[in-house]
Amino acid sequence: MKAHYKTVTVMACTLLMLGLSLMYSTPSVSGAATGTVTGTIKLDGTPPHQKPIDMSKEPNCAKEHASNPVTTETVVVGPKGGLKWVVVYISEGLDSGTAGQVPPVKPKWDQKGCQYIPHVMALDVNQHFEVVNSDPHSHNIHPLPKPNGPNHEWNRSQPPGTPPFDQVWAGEEVAIPVKCNIHPWMHGYMAVVKGPTAVSDDNGSYTIKDLPPGNYTVTAWQEVYGSQSQKVTVAPGKPATVDFTYKAK
Amino acid sequence: MNRMKPMHFVGAILFTAILGLVLAAGCIARVYAQEAANVGPKPPVVIKPMESHIGNITGHAAAAASDFRRYCAGCHGDYGDSNGENAVWLDPKPRDFTIATFKCRSTPTGTLPTDEDLFNTIGRGLTNSNMPIWNTFTKQQRADLVAYVKIFSPRWEKEKAGEPIKIPAEPAVTMESISHGEALFTKLECWKCHGLHGEGDGPSASTLTDSKDNPIRPYNFAAGKNDSRFKCGNTNQDIYKIFMTGVDGTPMPSFADVIQPNDAWDLVHFLRTLQVSRHGKENEVLSAAHGVIPPYVDKTPAPAAAPTDNKPPGGGN
Repeated sequence: MKAHYKTVTVMACTLLMLGLSLMYSTPSVSGAATGTVTGTIKLDGTPPHQKPIDMSKEPNCAKEHASNPVTTETVVVGPKGGLKWVVVYISEGLDSGTAGQVPPVKPKWDQKGCQYIPHVMALDVNQHFEVVNSDPHSHNIHPLPKPNGPNHEWNRSQPPGTPPFDQVWAGEEVAIPVKCNIHPWMHGYMAVVKGPTAVSDDNGSYTIKDLPPGNYTVTAWQEVYGSQSQKVTVAPGKPATVDFTYKAK
Repeated sequence: MNRMKPMHFVGAILFTAILGLVLAAGCIARVYAQEAANVGPKPPVVIKPMESHIGNITGHAAAAASDFRRYCAGCHGDYGDSNGENAVWLDPKPRDFTIATFKCRSTPTGTLPTDEDLFNTIGRGLTNSNMPIWNTFTKQQRADLVAYVKIFSPRWEKEKAGEPIKIPAEPAVTMESISHGEALFTKLECWKCHGLHGEGDGPSASTLTDSKDNPIRPYNFAAGKNDSRFKCGNTNQDIYKIFMTGVDGTPMPSFADVIQPNDAWDLVHFLRTLQVSRHGKENEVLSAAHGVIPPYVDKTPAPAAAPTDNKPPGGGN
């Protein structure tokens, strides 16, 4: 009789442990999100002329850029044809665990020398970011999300020395234009998407990290040329390559 | 005699007639083609059962349908999208209710206004625009219209109005308060758009656009023979609200993050002195001092010196 009880207890314990290990193994599978998608974004053709910006109305900024004049940044092409400031994200195929993870980092949206640094920023939904004014004069930070979407227009003054504004966006939107009405040449974009993202660098290269293996749709967004997508399969331990080419208009 | 041969005469008449017919047919076809784009049944306006609450009055959207069509749709459009038949002639453009962004609010930037905010806007009208003062409506009619405005954007079903900002009691108008207000006007760079004398002629004024990219002028405080009116109300409390909440949809930002409540009152007192021909306490205090605002001396020890290279051209007076 007693032995019987023993067997049952041992079996129950084993089952319990099995169950627990299964439960804990589920998140660790998505925790083993070591897959990457990497690639280069190129522009085919002659990029549109980037106009020089006259900052004479803000003497501080004009002085700051006197030796290195600033131009518009709508299409920024590197020496090898790589396209900068392109947002790359996973538009389809993310499991809810990966999509729901909000990165613990708090990116900075700086207003410096009458420019937005960075010019394009990728954010997760509900990811906190800081709006900073590094200039010795006022800016007004004025994001203009699409009407009736998940995010809403606001407009805040930020004089010099103001502590950073802590902000979040409530829903996905690629991308929210940001402007400063005092300095009408200031333009930038915040792309709000769930899951891992990347913004292409000076060479047009990007790397999306922390992806669990699986089949995905990768989408690239550029402020003038818009979006394009490709399908990709991410295998563990081996980076998948997805290159994009935009045609210059 | 240089008489036209009969055959030629008939030919000329026929030719003219055919030409006329062709031209007429062309014109008619054009007119019809143009009309074809406009005719055809328009989809009906879906009147959602929205409500408004003004004190103990409850407004119902359905009750405002005929008032809206008769008095509002001419500019704001049947669908509230600011495409009424008069809209093309108007500057600034009528409010587009489908985007649910409102200028005159007691609530923080980016939030929906309260029912009272909209109710007051209808009754007050918007100065420097074509929106008249609708004080001929009863309170019930206005409350119904507030509810009607809400049928045009789904935002009203998903969200509540923002929490109205808190306004402390107004302190006495003193020269010190005006002087501090002037220092804030300089430091916060209100003059970048509004100009050193509040005449709407600051260095950034000419490039301003609203959120739909239409050109927009900053407010000129000095305009008006006796008492220039403000867009969102004429009391000192209304002026306090304007810069603390911002005027959403326009370049005017919210200063709620950067002005302390009592400092805000000092700014209100200074702004009143920019209304140069206005009769009021602020201008009385100013004229008693022969129109000279002394430079502000900060009596509270500041922890760190503010950047000094940020003065407007020609000083702050």
